Amino acid sequence: MANIIINGKGYQVEDGITILEACNRLGIDIPTLCHDERLEPYAACRLCVVEIKGKGKLETSCSTKVRDGMEIETHSERVIRARKEILDLLFSNHPNDCLTCEKSGECKLQDYCYEYGIVEGTYIGEKKNYPLDESNPFYTFDPNKCILCGKCVRVCSELQGTNAIGLKDRGFDTKVSTPFDMGLATSKCVSCGNCVAVCPVGALMPKKRERYRAWEVRRVKTTCSYCGVGCQMYLLVKGDKVVGVEPAKSRPNNGLLCVKGRFGYNFINHPDRLKTPLIKRNGKFEEATWEEAYDLIVSKINEIKGKYGPDAFAGLTSARCTNEENYLFQKMFRALIGTNNVDHCARL
Amino acid sequence: MMTVEELRKIKEETLKHMESKLYKLDKEKIGQKATNRHVLICGGPGCYSSNVEEIKERFVEKIAEKGLENVEVSISGCFGLCESGPNIEIYPDGTFYSRIKIEDVDEIVEKHLCQNEIVERLLNEDAKKEDKILPVHQVDFYKKQEKIALRNCGIIDYNSIEEYIALDGYHALAKVLTEMDRGEVIEVMKKSNLRGRGGAGFPTGRKWETAYKYEADKKYVICNADEGDPGAFMDRSILEGDPHSVLEGMAICGYAVGSDQGYIYIRAEYPVAVKRLRTAIKQAREKGLLGKNILGTGFNFDIELRLGAGAFVCGEGTALMESIEGRRGMPRPKVERTAHKGLWGKPTIINNVETFANVAPIILKGADWFRSIGTEDSPGTKVFALGGKVKNTGLVEVPMGTTLREIIFDIGGGTVGGKKFKAVQTGGPSGGCIPEEFLDTPVDFASLSKIGSIMGSGGMIVLDESDCMVDIARFFLDFTVDESCGKCVPCREGTKRMLEILERITEGEGTPEDLDRLESLAEIITSSSLCGLGQTAANPVVSTLKYFREEYEAHVYEKRCPAGSCQALLQYFITDKCIGCTKCARNCPVSAISGKVKEKHVIDTETCIKCGACMEACPVGAIIKK
Repeated sequence: MANIIINGKGYQVEDGITILEACNRLGIDIPTLCHDERLEPYAACRLCVVEIKGKGKLETSCSTKVRDGMEIETHSERVIRARKEILDLLFSNHPNDCLTCEKSGECKLQDYCYEYGIVEGTYIGEKKNYPLDESNPFYTFDPNKCILCGKCVRVCSELQGTNAIGLKDRGFDTKVSTPFDMGLATSKCVSCGNCVAVCPVGALMPKKRERYRAWEVRRVKTTCSYCGVGCQMYLLVKGDKVVGVEPAKSRPNNGLLCVKGRFGYNFINHPDRLKTPLIKRNGKFEEATWEEAYDLIVSKINEIKGKYGPDAFAGLTSARCTNEENYLFQKMFRALIGTNNVDHCARL
Repeated sequence: MMTVEELRKIKEETLKHMESKLYKLDKEKIGQKATNRHVLICGGPGCYSSNVEEIKERFVEKIAEKGLENVEVSISGCFGLCESGPNIEIYPDGTFYSRIKIEDVDEIVEKHLCQNEIVERLLNEDAKKEDKILPVHQVDFYKKQEKIALRNCGIIDYNSIEEYIALDGYHALAKVLTEMDRGEVIEVMKKSNLRGRGGAGFPTGRKWETAYKYEADKKYVICNADEGDPGAFMDRSILEGDPHSVLEGMAICGYAVGSDQGYIYIRAEYPVAVKRLRTAIKQAREKGLLGKNILGTGFNFDIELRLGAGAFVCGEGTALMESIEGRRGMPRPKVERTAHKGLWGKPTIINNVETFANVAPIILKGADWFRSIGTEDSPGTKVFALGGKVKNTGLVEVPMGTTLREIIFDIGGGTVGGKKFKAVQTGGPSGGCIPEEFLDTPVDFASLSKIGSIMGSGGMIVLDESDCMVDIARFFLDFTVDESCGKCVPCREGTKRMLEILERITEGEGTPEDLDRLESLAEIITSSSLCGLGQTAANPVVSTLKYFREEYEAHVYEKRCPAGSCQALLQYFITDKCIGCTKCARNCPVSAISGKVKEKHVIDTETCIKCGACMEACPVGAIIKK
């Protein structure tokens, strides 16, 4: 354990953790735009700077480990001045369009500018002016809103392992880009949307069918129904309609999703979606109750089994079922029907 | 596999052929008889680009034609005095010829080599004083210099490992491998207090010790040869003129810290250095001085080259490692020390070219010898690339503690064309401008940082009264903005805004608030940038604001550039000297000049586009700008 002093108060924290981690655990709020505990420390936004006694320059709390006897100021006048200047610099090269920006209300830059009293970017000069990349069917990239925190690039490489995007050019002209700047559609992007999920500003935004504001939706936690992994996610519900999905930072997916879970929610409100079982009567499917459907299945199984024996059956189950459901399915075939003719689509 | 005995044998054999040029080291002997004569041609960066290969060939041809015996011709590393290149020295007499063209070769051979008659018209201008002809070491430029890192530059043939060995090359490696244990090497390095020559001045011995004490299955030694400061070519000259000195220093480091793999990270814009390094590595491997079981001692060490792709920031240690690892050259936060977790997460030593070049002499001559040169705090010498408005531009190596005045005036010969000295910029884009009042500051790590500059890697640019200090700050900021990697906000966004403010000031559009803005931006960029590039980026602005604030104020309040350099703030005028020849009016592209023949002409300053065509055309110098 390390004994440290933060803002004049003594604490005992675990050895080997960063100042930012320590502060998070102690409930001391430090702003950051580029930090994500799942990724390697990046130390690019510099918002998390703190003053450490005995050090001339400010240190980023995300990349500095606590040491015994360390004296830290997280909100000294010098620190606040630096944070304000950094936010001013960022905002000076950012569209001032919070009124219409889709991210408004959940934008970290907006939050911190509010917290630190930055009303406008005061530096007058060149501003980013790039075309939007709308080539991906599920999300849009607006480089003009990008603050180059690098989270999207790092999630794509460190967690998703796709390496579809990277940084192009350098200095003021640095831009998140695809190889040869040819656009997302031609890149290796698998549209998992994990970059969209980590973007702290409105640079990476899902393409929306319904317009909604962050404060208009309820977040309902659920399990993704696309496969057996059981990813946890939030359905964004406006009124009685699911208008979006966000990954939940819990097991097993820890904030990640795939293209299906992230963007494949439109079936929920689709008019063709089946909401009851259908039974074919006189050559036509008709809506039925679950009781009717089960009765029909049971009677047909018994009939066929009696006539042709259990091996007349073959079962094929789906990857959209959970492990438990798949287990029950094979159990039903082996024990109930009495055949080993059972398989799963993922094996094909 | 070579043995220590064989190493000594190569030395003895090779020395026989080197006799007369060795007088360059043993100045007492200059002028005495020798068994052979040497025509030494400077192959430094500047001279090499002036066709010295052809000059050498012509010498060889002409000497053969004349049937002269015992005359050796070789191209060696940089002599230092780039201003007057291509330079040639002839030994044993130490005659110093400058600005040699291929047409001059025949005359030198016929007169100097055949008849022992010095060709006076080709002598270096400083090699003649009051009708006396001075040998090269008595020329002012060389008098106060002392060479450790450049010890072999300008003497040995850079393509000859034998000549390097002859001047005790690889003897220091042999000494550490056969006579010293690893801890002893670390102790010598610590005692010598050799401080990193890349700029920051971290004690080399302490750095090595950190890696030496850290247990790991693999350790790396990296030579940082990504020299990128504008106008700096110290490392390049060492690599081109004496590549083996760097290889030997790295191998000694490898032994001391327990590494078997070295990398030289060199910028691809140095193709000559890359070529000579490749040759040197090949030679060292063939001789068993790199590779497995070096000198039969069981020590393994090999070196590979990694070429940089043209980013200045890759000279920063962590960005350099990212680049070697195959990623985008961007600095990474130092959560752990490089000497513990560096390249591929293994203990790594990164030293600069000049630092490694200092290692072998320290091992051979001892820490006490090294400490006897230079100052207590900064022992040894430092190589500087002297440039800008100074007479003798070139490469100099002086003991630490030599004053700026000695370097600029005694060695550099002062400013050009009688213009008044204004400032000297040290440390490149990370350094600051030092005004005249501090000219007597000794050059060492502490003194330079005390006056707002840094030692840096050794760039030294002299500025005279015609240089605008705001414009100089703008120039360096422009470089930094261009070279910022774009990772952290203060450097990416802050330096850009600083540059925009400086541009406005030099264009006459600056406001008083801009000066405050520059100061507050400088503070944030310095205190909160991620790497050294950003942390020092504001130095040129801070130092000029501190020492030349009145120049900034003249631009802002009076819309005037006191140095007469900022184009937008200048106006052209015709003085009474005008003879009315009409040349200016005829040359003006926008017809801004009016006047009758043989009468004084007038420039309409509203129409004038300040192209300067009139000034060039005027036969009597009647046009001035102010």
